[in-house]
Amino acid sequence: MNGEPKGKLALYWAASCGGCEIAVLAINERILDVDALFDIVFWPVAVDAKVHDVEKMADGSIDVCLFNGGIRTSEQEYMARLLRKKSKVLVAFGSCAHEGCIPGLANSTSRRRIFETVYHETPSTENTDHVEPQPSTAVPEGTLHLPVFYDTLRTLDQTVKVDYYLPGCPPEADRIWDAITAIVENNLPPPGSVIGAETTVCQECPRKRNEKKVKKFYRTWEIIPDEETCLLEQGLLCCGIATRAGCGARCPQVGSPCIGCYGPNEGIHDHGARMMAALASTIDSNDPEEIDRIIRDGIPDPVGSFYRFGLAASHLRRKKEAMIET
Amino acid sequence: MSENGFKPRIVAFLCNWCSYTASDLAGTSRVKYSPRVRMIRVMCSGRVDPSFVLKAFALGADGVLIAGCHPGDCHYIEQNYKTMRRHAMLRYFLEQMGIQPERLRLVWASAAEGQYLAESIDQFVADVQKLGPLRWSGVWEDPWRREDAFDEIAAEHAEAMEVQA
Ligand code: SF4
Ligand code: SF4
Ligand code: SF4
Ligand code: FES
Repeated sequence: MNGEPKGKLALYWAASCGGCEIAVLAINERILDVDALFDIVFWPVAVDAKVHDVEKMADGSIDVCLFNGGIRTSEQEYMARLLRKKSKVLVAFGSCAHEGCIPGLANSTSRRRIFETVYHETPSTENTDHVEPQPSTAVPEGTLHLPVFYDTLRTLDQTVKVDYYLPGCPPEADRIWDAITAIVENNLPPPGSVIGAETTVCQECPRKRNEKKVKKFYRTWEIIPDEETCLLEQGLLCCGIATRAGCGARCPQVGSPCIGCYGPNEGIHDHGARMMAALASTIDSNDPEEIDRIIRDGIPDPVGSFYRFGLAASHLRRKKEAMIET
Repeated sequence: MSENGFKPRIVAFLCNWCSYTASDLAGTSRVKYSPRVRMIRVMCSGRVDPSFVLKAFALGADGVLIAGCHPGDCHYIEQNYKTMRRHAMLRYFLEQMGIQPERLRLVWASAAEGQYLAESIDQFVADVQKLGPLRWSGVWEDPWRREDAFDEIAAEHAEAMEVQA
């Protein structure tokens, strides 16, 4: 890149936790290399450029935009559309943008229920006037607008076209660096690809694997797993079998089952469906009643266990609830 | 919930070695069964990945039927036991997602059971008919999402900038 003009980089967040912003900094001193290669033209967390500055930019003038977070509000959708228009390469950065992640797990409830909880029911809330955010409110000076809160969280690619995906909650620093290097060296996979490994977490996991035969599933607090054997064989719901490699099997290494934060492995669209298929193979029973008992006793929350990160991106996308709206 | 004139759309995955042959047999023996079923032949009921079932619902199926060889008779030894467990897992999951688990049915039918398979299909169609339409893609059509909201946001930003200047 020596002597070449610097590239233009933007970073943005939508329905996210902020962790992905920190993850960018976890590349440590290499952030200085990023700064040497790119002008950061927009990054609300760190740089003082405003939305209006982006609006004024020519279409396609940002080389790369790393976008984290899912799309829950009209304002986030506006920003996704705006940054799509202004960017040559749009990367869904992290699980939230990629597949909805924890914010997308709220697709198992509804806007109404979320408002009830957040504005009325939490013990620390005092809201005797039953105030809730309104998309528009008339005040003497005119009309005030707030973003519309959607019923269903959408992933970034359910909203705008996405060029690349960087999985993980959050993506590992080394994987972020790999992606930046690939971008700089113009060594990217075909558009639409996930930048990362293709295999599963099991491939990176040092635990010993035998034939998996499970008579009973346990929740993490119910047993202390042994140090060496595969956690799934010990009855813990380890999602490593259906989850993309890339983290170095961080969680099973320290005795905690993989909860699937890297999303499904290559070629799999529906993470939870893959988990269900894999788990069904391990259940050690051919008797329908016993099978039902093993499943229902051991897995109290199938959506939360299989779709903790991938509900919004799954085939069904959300839970069906009777719509109640005021 | 049942609607007048509602004709359920059913997707059926049939194992090549038994149920699909059974459906053929039903055909050649002129046993009638509901035309509401779209049949998909698979090499074994064990080939039916849970994602096939979920995708069928997401794309508009009102019910999904999986038919395979009787337990013990699977040509790939014990794949249909996996089918049995996946079916149990899926029904449990569908329940949590707000889809009546009765919309998914597992039937064992050997190659000789054309009549039985035809009856099972008719029964399933009748049961789904009672449950009414699923219309799954409607669940993520957002009543609060407005296309014109984005022009409004852009206009507001422009206005705010004018005030500042
Ligand atoms: S992917 Fe994880 S770390 Fe990143 S914003 Fe979402 S919840 Fe936070
Ligand atoms: S512990 Fe989990 S990640 Fe490791 S081998 Fe077993 S299933 Fe795979
Ligand atoms: S083991 Fe699983 S949950 Fe843990 S960091 Fe890796 S992908 Fe994420
Ligand atoms: S071959 Fe028929 S169910 Fe496996």
